Amino acid sequence: MNPSVHSNEEIPMIEAQKLGKHFGDHQVLKGIDLKVHHSEVVCLVGPSGSGKSTLLRSLAFLEHYDEGEVKIEGVLLGYKRNGQDQLVPASSQEIRYTRRNVGMVFQQFNLWPHMTVLDNVTEALKRVKKMPVKKANELGRATLEKVGLKDKPNAYPIQLSGGQQQRVAIARALAMEPHIMLFDEPTSALDPELVGEVLQVMKQLAAEGMTMVVVTHEMGFAAQVADTVVFLDEGQVVVRGNPREVFCNPDSPRLKQFLQNYLERNAFWDQLEESSEPA
Amino acid sequence: MNFDLNILFDNIGAISNGFVVTIGAWIGGVVLGIVLGLLVAILHRFGGKPLKALLRIYIEMIRSTPFLIQLFLLYYGGPTLGITLDAIPAGVLALGIYGSAYFAEIFRTGFNSIPSGQLEAAECLGLSRRQVILRIQLPQMGVLIMPALVNMVTILLKETPVLSIITVPELTLVMTGIGSETFAFAEVLLVLCIGYLILVEATSRVGQALEKHIGRYLDHRTQQIKTPEEMA
Repeated sequence: MNPSVHSNEEIPMIEAQKLGKHFGDHQVLKGIDLKVHHSEVVCLVGPSGSGKSTLLRSLAFLEHYDEGEVKIEGVLLGYKRNGQDQLVPASSQEIRYTRRNVGMVFQQFNLWPHMTVLDNVTEALKRVKKMPVKKANELGRATLEKVGLKDKPNAYPIQLSGGQQQRVAIARALAMEPHIMLFDEPTSALDPELVGEVLQVMKQLAAEGMTMVVVTHEMGFAAQVADTVVFLDEGQVVVRGNPREVFCNPDSPRLKQFLQNYLERNAFWDQLEESSEPA
Repeated sequence: MNFDLNILFDNIGAISNGFVVTIGAWIGGVVLGIVLGLLVAILHRFGGKPLKALLRIYIEMIRSTPFLIQLFLLYYGGPTLGITLDAIPAGVLALGIYGSAYFAEIFRTGFNSIPSGQLEAAECLGLSRRQVILRIQLPQMGVLIMPALVNMVTILLKETPVLSIITVPELTLVMTGIGSETFAFAEVLLVLCIGYLILVEATSRVGQALEKHIGRYLDHRTQQIKTPEEMA
């Protein structure tokens, strides 16, 4: 194995240290530490307003964190050190470069409605990677096939169901061949019966070894797919561990309350206990 | 006195020249106004606070003073400030500056109309700010702002007669000249009205065609298919 590849596996794919973020006087993130390793799937869960989306968005520098630091594959994101070893804001070009291997999927899909499905997927290939049109289209079609939409290249987003649109959005990010995929509540805007098809694509990605950070309310997905579940409340990490540690015997009263509320809405608990029986 | 269209045919050469000058000044003003307006809108959106405040003042000053005064200021006041322009360039420049304030506001609305999530998605995929403007924002806002743009373009056409006051030999100056010589005001003014009407009407048609062309992707809204097999 190439030694540089080997050393990449030792550096965390994402490392956040003492991450803080204020909106005015309100502190949304209060010194969060997070490490995401190669091929790890981390699910961020917590009540609304807990800061989980802000944390995820900070990892792509869509939110400009104001304390601590985020490193993507060992490189500081959003800031750089000047001659006096002080942190100064990085240029948008530098940020784009540091973030080039991070793919992002949003709650509202955020497809570009004036482009066809294939154009949505190939736009960045053509404009950012400067790939020839023919090659970009080939890769675009292959990626669409991967998310189960190979017969939709010429449709416009508006002609698709929410689940299909979200799968296009996943394909759009995947086509750039990212090392890390960030998902910000990818199924929260979907009709319940369309959630499954999106989760299926995400499970497949996880199985292929993609490094993923997922903000989700789908505890079933977290239980089945996550290597690590991080429970946040009021801008802090309250509990972290593997799904069984987090879900089965919650010590934290806040987590207990959160799971209790969830349980009252969704009957997933029995299922989880069944699947936790040794096979 | 009879209604005598021969007066018009006798002066067909002068009238054509006037027409050409009107169209030239108008299109020059529109192009300049759109380019300046787009520039102002982009700088206003992405610039720092001092620049923003400055551009706001520019827009407000132009929108709250009459075009005639702006034209006088440029043409008669300009030499005092070291800007000496012939009548036609002064007219085109004044039209362009006047239009730019309104075009800037139209483009500003357009920029605001694109959901920020689409821009974040583009940003995450590595598109540059320039690419985002050219590939994501302008093509989509086109449909939305086209009616307002066309409206402003026709308003600029209807401001071109003001240029006659600084002796730009455009249609209105030519026609009123013919009117004073022949006293055939009815014929002359009728032709003027018809001339402007044709130009405005043509502009609207072009605008509608453009709107339809840019908005092709919206037509698919009606073709939305949602059978269970489709979703599978």
